[in-house]
Amino acid sequence: MTDDRGAGRRSSTATLTQARDDARSRADTAVEAMPYLPPASSPYTPADVDPSTLVWAETVAGPGYTHMTVARGTRIRLEDVTGDACAHVVVLSALNPGERLNVADTQKIPWQAYLGAGHPLLSGDGRVLATVVADAAGGHHDAFCGVTTIAGNIERYGAGAAHTATAAGRELLLLAAAKEGLTPRDVPPSVSFFKGVRVAPDGALEWTGDGGAGATVDLVAEMPLTVLVANAAHPLDPAEGYRTGPVRVHAWAAAASSASDPWWTATPERTRAYLNTQQHLLARGIR
Amino acid sequence: MTVTWATYEAEYFDRSEPYVQGAIVLDQEIAPRAGWSAPIRAGHVLTLVDVGGNQSGDCLIYDASDHDVRYSAQATLAAQRNAYLVDGSVLRDQEGAALMTVVGNEVERQDTIGGACSKESNTLRYGHHTLFHHACRENFLLEGAKHGLGPRDLVSNINWFMNVPVEADGTLGIVDGMSAPGKRVALRAERDVLVVISNCPQVNNPCNDFNPTPLRVIVTDPAVAA
Ligand SMILES: [Zn+2]
Repeated sequence: MTDDRGAGRRSSTATLTQARDDARSRADTAVEAMPYLPPASSPYTPADVDPSTLVWAETVAGPGYTHMTVARGTRIRLEDVTGDACAHVVVLSALNPGERLNVADTQKIPWQAYLGAGHPLLSGDGRVLATVVADAAGGHHDAFCGVTTIAGNIERYGAGAAHTATAAGRELLLLAAAKEGLTPRDVPPSVSFFKGVRVAPDGALEWTGDGGAGATVDLVAEMPLTVLVANAAHPLDPAEGYRTGPVRVHAWAAAASSASDPWWTATPERTRAYLNTQQHLLARGIR
Repeated sequence: MTVTWATYEAEYFDRSEPYVQGAIVLDQEIAPRAGWSAPIRAGHVLTLVDVGGNQSGDCLIYDASDHDVRYSAQATLAAQRNAYLVDGSVLRDQEGAALMTVVGNEVERQDTIGGACSKESNTLRYGHHTLFHHACRENFLLEGAKHGLGPRDLVSNINWFMNVPVEADGTLGIVDGMSAPGKRVALRAERDVLVVISNCPQVNNPCNDFNPTPLRVIVTDPAVAA
């Protein structure tokens, strides 16, 4: 980011005492994009969530990225605060990062290309990594286009490096992956929330816009899960300039999907995917 | 019931010929259900022939000098703003740079949405009795291992000669193919690449017309006379 709010020279830092006092005086600065610690102290705790159950609360800058490894049963809500954000997400098994999001299977197994409530995010190993359990973004999501690249953003906006105001989504995903001990090999195709694309009869990828300010999507981790999020403009966003806004993240201890959830039995393919997941964890002693 | 799938010879097979003329660098047949891989030099043209018709050739492409740089279905589709591969489609890596270009295509459209079949996804799509059916992911893993590639190197692939329409409500799936014996697709390498192909063994959906048949790979060097 080129706009580092709350930063800059404030007072004399000529001596160690002055420098230490100056550094410490900065801590109380509140800005739009920052984590809330402990998570229960989040000023934006969703009304339907008991603050004491929160395990992760953060506002992610746009452009910016975040990442977390969460327990099975964690429910993660992403919010497009202003209607201008796009959350590009990769999920990987925290038990074995070789098992990670497989976008092709995520579209093929449910016989459905468009993400919405109840859609499973599948690995290439026949299991469900996470489920989209709620969609308050009107289906404005995309699994076709992935993230922008540094070369593409240089061409379109003049810059694409992670430290610029027009950062490429891929640069941010690579950083998120690195912080989780992962490498570029571990960043497969991603899914994008809050910005929609549809396929026309001739195959053309058509922009359908956003779900508006305050749009949310909820994911439930079906296994111990590493989550990578890049908040960056969508590759097909027709906006004149680089369009971005903050993404708010709240995650809390909830429950993994069970046979009583409608998406478990929505189609026979999904039922078998949940059964495979359940057995995989059962064998490991993970309930 | 035991069913024998591999049809190595049939009267209707058409092995065709290279799409782009030039010195023959390589001419090999990929047996039904088998994997295949080879480095392809910049400027050379790979012609893939659908010998028996409607036989899916699942394909991954890597930069020959850096396998971390690999085919990206998403970068490819976003750049062309279309969900299907056709003549002229540029096959791009994750940074958007060209790996190969489709310089010839004899079927209406080619697929890069449907992904590869796997033993595991077979259990989801067709039931747990299909777990021991051979699959493209097995071919990718074994063929890739020859080049140091593993599960972390597998990404959304291309399915030459496979037909995956997307309907208005988002319904998508594999339906009967639009190819025929002897139909070809030709790819020009834009730099030195490694191409990995699985001759799809799937017998639970129409991607191979329920009858796996051979694929022929011919690599020509257009800069050198045939
Ligand atoms: Zn296959």
